[in-house]
Amino acid sequence: MLKASKKEEKRFANMQEKRKPPVPLGSNLIRAFITGGLICVVGQAIMEILKMLGIPPDGAAGPTAAILIVISALLTGFGVYDDIGRFGGMGAALPITGFANAIVSPAMEFKREGFVLGLGARMFTVAGPVLVYGLVTSTVVGFFYYLLKG
Amino acid sequence: MQFFWAFVVGGILAVLAQLIVDLTKLTSAHVMVLFVSSGAVLSGLGIYKYIVSLGGAGATVPLPGFGHALVEGIVKAIDKDGAVGILTGGLTATSLGITVAILMGYIIALLFNPKG
Amino acid sequence: MGVYREGKYTLKFTNLPVLAGTYTVAGPIEGQGPLGRYFDLVYEDSLLGENTWEKAEVRMLHEAVDGVLKGRNLRASDIDYLIGGDLLNQITASSFAARDLDIPFLGLYSACATFSEALIVSAMMVASGASNRVVAGVSSHHDTAERQFRFPTEFANQRPMTATWTVTGSGACLIEKEEEANKNLPRLSSATLGRVVDAGIKDAYDMGSAMAPAAADTIKRHLEDTRQVPEAYDLIITGDLSRVGKPLVEDLLSQEGIEVMRVLNDCGIIIYDPKQDVHAGGSGAACSALVTGGYLYKELLNGNWNRILLVATGALLSPTTIQQGESIPGIAHAIAIER
Repeated sequence: MLKASKKEEKRFANMQEKRKPPVPLGSNLIRAFITGGLICVVGQAIMEILKMLGIPPDGAAGPTAAILIVISALLTGFGVYDDIGRFGGMGAALPITGFANAIVSPAMEFKREGFVLGLGARMFTVAGPVLVYGLVTSTVVGFFYYLLKG
Repeated sequence: MQFFWAFVVGGILAVLAQLIVDLTKLTSAHVMVLFVSSGAVLSGLGIYKYIVSLGGAGATVPLPGFGHALVEGIVKAIDKDGAVGILTGGLTATSLGITVAILMGYIIALLFNPKG
Repeated sequence: MGVYREGKYTLKFTNLPVLAGTYTVAGPIEGQGPLGRYFDLVYEDSLLGENTWEKAEVRMLHEAVDGVLKGRNLRASDIDYLIGGDLLNQITASSFAARDLDIPFLGLYSACATFSEALIVSAMMVASGASNRVVAGVSSHHDTAERQFRFPTEFANQRPMTATWTVTGSGACLIEKEEEANKNLPRLSSATLGRVVDAGIKDAYDMGSAMAPAAADTIKRHLEDTRQVPEAYDLIITGDLSRVGKPLVEDLLSQEGIEVMRVLNDCGIIIYDPKQDVHAGGSGAACSALVTGGYLYKELLNGNWNRILLVATGALLSPTTIQQGESIPGIAHAIAIER
């Protein structure tokens, strides 16, 4: 076996499956639930405050997201958000705060490779795909809406 | 009560994403992409607005809410401007978040260094 | 004539090259680990006051080489060749360190197996009579590796349980021709060069599994070539298979009728405490270098051990091959150290 055949690969994969440390699924899910839930509660609180300040309810989601982005960016700068991510997994990555972390962390990291091709270009390593696929999917959805609306 | 539902809905979305990461070979970046697109599709099917009315920020803050905001913006722009709205509505509706995220990325990168 | 072949893959050295000194530079997490007191220099932060982690890694390697020279009152001009490598693109940490050292430099790459590869090449240089003194040095750095191979260091990513933690540090070894003055020091007696083995693992967060077949292959060939049983060694120690890969090596060798359980250990397992948040263990070229140069060498000097087989292991992946969906080939080079 140098490059394993399909059969050898399978045999090794079986052996490996037996020795693999189990994924701590239960605790991962609980921590994701708590982290994701709490970030959304913070979002809800910001939204309620905005409403009290007179922003119409259906216009509050955007500014709420913006404020969360600012908070997450600061936490990333202070080196806290990666710890939240280590604890909460997708609970930290899935909210808009995770999107902000995905922009801020490479911007900070690759500043050392220059302000244009480092900071500027690498900022979108993870956030770029999110924007690309969000836009592509929503445009397709919008196209069908337009057709069906007739 | 709204806070309770924000917690539950936001938590459940995170749990679904965590399940995919832990049980498949997809990375968190893949799952973020998947959830944005799913949010856009669910929004187009008219389902996501019910999730928003139940969960409030619990539905708008996670990334499917971003997909939902893109589609809502497109729908609104089509109703107002016709076909061109398909191409203008999405970014118009989400420009605040995207611009703030990019600006913050720039500012934070100027002010801070990664801790490692 | 100094070096000859035994069996198919193994090199035997006569007038054994002497491992005349080691110097280890460790990062903060390594310093806090169970072997922290064995390292010669421990830094409290991973940037070392430099403005990039890459520069910090270069300095660690430079200081390791300086340290091993100072330990024996030698200057750079006493060294014939500097042999080593690291994990950065185009092994720049080593070549940048060599830029300031004024010693002819031979750059090597076998990922994290570079340390044993460097020891083997050094031993051949000395045993063949081509040189009197060679320094072998390698480095790795957690943060330079993360930003090159994975995600930015501040990215909120949860690492799976099979993931390993790249060791921050550097180790340098002085290999000398045998003389009256050094004849009681540990020596390098034989080496087995590994084949590249690929068992089809594609998960870049599970390098222990990817490298285990290569380690098992090299250990088996070494024992066959030299006609020894595993217990001929006090310790067979792999480089960075971690808690995931080590039991796989035991399983693979057990299938071949070779039981190594009693003598096998792994540098990546012993360099950290399980309580340190490093998941499956340590990895990186400096993992085997710190454990060998710090801990094992001193235990050999103390007489606690007499014969050790170091089997450093390397995962031969790049960010490009992973993104293109290729599997991860592994390699392992073995070198026997005895006193």
